[in-house]
Formats: sequence, structure tokens, C-alpha cells
Amino acid sequence: MSGPSTYVPANGFTRWLDSRLPILRLMNDTMTSFPTPRNLNFWYTFGGILTFCLAVQIVTGIVLAMHYVPNDKMAFDSVENIMRDVNYGWLLRYVHANGASMFFLAVYIHMFRGLYYGSYKAPREVLWILGVVIYLLMMATGFLGYVLPWGQMSFWGATVITNFFSAIPVVGESVTHWLWGGFAVGDPTLNRFFSLHYLLPFVIAGVVGLHIWALHVPGNNNPLGIDVKGPQDTVPFHPFYTAKDAFYLVLFAILFAGLVFYSPNFVGEVDNYTPANPLVTPEHIVPEWYYLPFYAMLRSVPDKLLGVLTMFGAIAILFFAPWLDTSKVRSARFRPLLKPAFWLLVADCLILGYVGKNKPDAMLLSTGIPLLWIGRIGTLYYYGYFLVLLPILGLIETPKPLPESIAKAVGDKSHAAE
Amino acid sequence: MASTISAEPTRRDFLYVATGAAGAVGAALAAWPFIDQMNPTSAVLALSSIEVDLSPVQEGQQIVVMWRSKPVFVRRRSKKEIAEVRSVPLSDLIDPLARNANLAETAPATDENREVKPEWLVVVGICTHLGCIPLFNQGNFGGYLCPCHGSQYDAAGRVRKGPAPENLYVPPYAFLNDTKIKIG
Repeated sequence: MSGPSTYVPANGFTRWLDSRLPILRLMNDTMTSFPTPRNLNFWYTFGGILTFCLAVQIVTGIVLAMHYVPNDKMAFDSVENIMRDVNYGWLLRYVHANGASMFFLAVYIHMFRGLYYGSYKAPREVLWILGVVIYLLMMATGFLGYVLPWGQMSFWGATVITNFFSAIPVVGESVTHWLWGGFAVGDPTLNRFFSLHYLLPFVIAGVVGLHIWALHVPGNNNPLGIDVKGPQDTVPFHPFYTAKDAFYLVLFAILFAGLVFYSPNFVGEVDNYTPANPLVTPEHIVPEWYYLPFYAMLRSVPDKLLGVLTMFGAIAILFFAPWLDTSKVRSARFRPLLKPAFWLLVADCLILGYVGKNKPDAMLLSTGIPLLWIGRIGTLYYYGYFLVLLPILGLIETPKPLPESIAKAVGDKSHAAE
Repeated sequence: MASTISAEPTRRDFLYVATGAAGAVGAALAAWPFIDQMNPTSAVLALSSIEVDLSPVQEGQQIVVMWRSKPVFVRRRSKKEIAEVRSVPLSDLIDPLARNANLAETAPATDENREVKPEWLVVVGICTHLGCIPLFNQGNFGGYLCPCHGSQYDAAGRVRKGPAPENLYVPPYAFLNDTKIKIG
């Protein structure tokens, strides 16, 4: 689909530039004339939304760093200074903090969309893998950033997460001391976390560049999951998808603004407004909502090393999804068995999130069913989806008949006769 | 092109490989300062020992002191607590090792091996699971409950319920006199 360039320089200057640095040609071919399947729906607008989220985080982050002090004695107060005294500091910080949540909300929708429409399958495996790399980098960046305000949840979240590495046999303790720069989470830890938190978004931006490059070689997948057969199946990216993306971006921004202006601490933890105290662990430690399903998996295994491996494995398994899925059909629309399995996976992740939010010994509502066991079943299904259902369903399932082409499926009369 | 390469390695091949190997070793050596700078600094390593006055601690109480930026529990146990933990057979323990820096690494986790004097339990107050601080006098074993992931310890600081894999560590310490210990 990324066929020959359609760029024609309009004047002398652009002709001159094009033969020296074809940057306008690159922009035209990727953002203007790029042939895009004409049937992309709402769920395909999250790529653009995610780019917006990354830009918001980088811009607000750079200005917050002008006021923030990465020192264990001063960090908490410097954040309060941003909130109370810095002009518009409250707005910038609330946008940045809630921006992380909106970023993860969008990325989860984007990932589930990829799983539903089979966008991870050939020829888009590298595109998918780069996406998982971005997701991993996002998780690392989000975690590092959450430590910076140096509240109780920051401190103890950092303690728990860095201790994951103490589960490594033999060298675990040395690795954690190396990560901390001491014998516990402390000032050196905070300083390096700030440095890395500033660095990683730019690494993400780089991988996003690769992700888009890898998208533009095979071109977009689409809700039908069938290949584009010719120009009758596509429309140019601009103005069709720039307009569509912009419309949904505005809706997304309204939701974002609602969170920032009306309930800025909705996703936050009150404990993080208590300064870090290395002598007192909060009653109930929970990570940010976007890590909760993985946290539930960690806690569902009674062994330390296996628990940590289960949690990291849940992300690692995503890398193999393109080869675990044996079906020749991409879109779940035409896969009667995968479709319910997929929705069960979505529900499973929400349930695991609920389990992760609650205390380890909690019961389901007031039924007396331990959440621990619900978490164990949920973990089993998550792994089962990738390791059992994806390979087996592709073999035993009879897919519904696929439409002949995108143009036919969307009812294009002008090409029906061809 | 490929057909003109002889099967026999030449002096030039050797030079290529040797240069590449020297470059790789050089890059690894150059990377080391960038890695090692993250380890604890000399100043952090220097904060090695503290003295703790035990006289204000009553039976059944515990104080928490900081040693190497970690909390250390100093607990004065009652006769009943001592009798309870001493009646536990070793086969009931999750971690059979004493984890006592004052003893050999292979010492078994009997209550006797966990203290210098039976009345005083001195342990690093960090859960061996993921590093939270266990809560004093909670849980079902007369010792500690970790609020993060539900690990439980007895009054000898031995793990009795997972996910923590090991007993609370006993730091190196010694009695200077009847009411004073030196940790580290």
C-alpha cells in the first residue's frame, strides 16, 4: 500500500528542497495522500488520540520540570508549590497526572481493537511488537512519574515495584541496591527516576515513529480484516481521516477536560497527599488503575518469583500473539468462537482490575467468595486466551464467509459491476 | 563477488575479527562507569552501625530504629510469646534457614537461632516479599502481618504464610551491655 510516491512539488522552492531533503514528500505520502481503507470505524481513531496524549505529556512535563525539585526533602513541597503558587501550576499538574490515565485508557482501547480485528497478524507482526514495546515503555514511564511527588503511595509503590527485581535468583539483592543507589528507596532513587522519567517519553516518541513507519508499509488493517484490493477500497488519509480523527479527538478532549476540571483526583490515591514516610507502610497499597490487572496476577500466585514471572509474562505473551493465533481470518467479526472469547478477555481484565484494587484477603462484595480465587481464575483465563484459545480456535472454528472486497462490503454501487 | 572469496581465512580476516573483538571489549569497559555509578555511593556505604538503648522498651512492646536507611524492629517478647514460637516444629516453617547474620548461613530457623538473647527479637522490618513494613502484633501467628500482600510472620520474625519466601533478616548486632545493642 505504501506504493510509489504521489507527491508533486508545487513550486520552485519545493522542487529545490525535494531534491535535497524530501521531507515534504514524506509528509505528503504519510499524512495526506496515504491510501487508507475507507471502512475504518471509531475504534481506529485512537492512534491519533495517542499521539495527542504523548504530545500533551511531553509539553506539560517539560514545564512541570521547571518547578519540580527531585530531592527527597523537597520533592513533596515542590509539588505543593506547583499546585498552590506557580501560575496555572494546578492546571499543568492535573493535566499531566490525569493525562497519564487518559493515555492508558486510549492505549488499552487501541490494543483491544488490535486484538479484536486481528491487526497483530501477518503482515503486521512488527507493527504489533513495536506497539507492545511502546506499551512497556509507557508503563515504565508512568511508574517513574508516579514516584516523583514523593507521597506515601509514591514511596511504597517504588519500594514494591523495585523489589520485583529482588525475586531474581542470586543477583536479585545486588540488582535492587543498584536500582536504589542505597539499601532502600531514597534520595538517589528519586533523582535517577526523575532523570529517566524525562528521558523515556522521547524514547517512546522514537518508537512511535517506527510504529507509524511499520504501519505505512502494509497499510491499515480494517474492521473487515480483509486486504485492500485496489484504489476503490481506499480514501486518502487527508481530509477523510484527519477530519474523522479530529472529531473523535475533540470528544476525547472533552472527557479529558471533564476529568481535569471536575474530578482531578478521581483516579488518584489520597495517600499520595501524605509525604513519604519510610517507617510506615500505608494500610493498603495499590498501584495506579492501569496496572491493577497485573497487580492482581502478581498477588494470585503465592510464590514470590513465580508471582513476578506471572506478572511480567502477562505482558511478554503479547509479543507472541501474532504466532499464537492460527486463524487465517483476521477480524473477529467473522470468527464466531473468537468473538465471545475476546469479550470474555475484556471482562476478565476488568475483573482482574477490580481484584487488584481490593485488599489481598478481601471477599467478593459480601458473598464470602475470596477475591484471591477470582484473581486466580482470571489469571488462568488471561493466559488461556493467548496460549490455548488463540492456537486452538483458529483450527476448530468455521469462519463466516468473508466479503469480496471492502468496496463491495460498504455498498459501493459504482464499483459493484467491476 | 561471493565467488571470489577463498575458503581459507586470510590475514585480513584475522585483522577484521581482532579489531571487532577489541572494539567490543572496549565498548563494554567504557559502559561500566555508566552502570556502576548507580550503585550506592561511598557516603551511603559509610553509614554502617548504630547503638540502640533498650531500657525504655517494656515487655510486649517494640521500637523501630533506622539502620542503613532500613527500619529495624527491636521487640521485647513475653515468656508466653517465646514459649509459643519455641513449640513450633521446624517442619511447619516455610523458610527453614535462620537468616541470622550472626550465625552460619546454613543455621536452621529455630527460635534460639533467631535471637542473641531470647527476650529480644531484632530483625530488619522489611517484608521479604516486596519490601513493605509488616505491622506489629497482627496476623494469626502472634507476630507480624504485611499489609501489602498478606504475608504473616510469627514472634520470631519467621514467615508462616506466603507470598514472602524468607524469614525476616536478623542484622549483625551484639549486646554492649544489658540495655544497649550495637547494630551493624
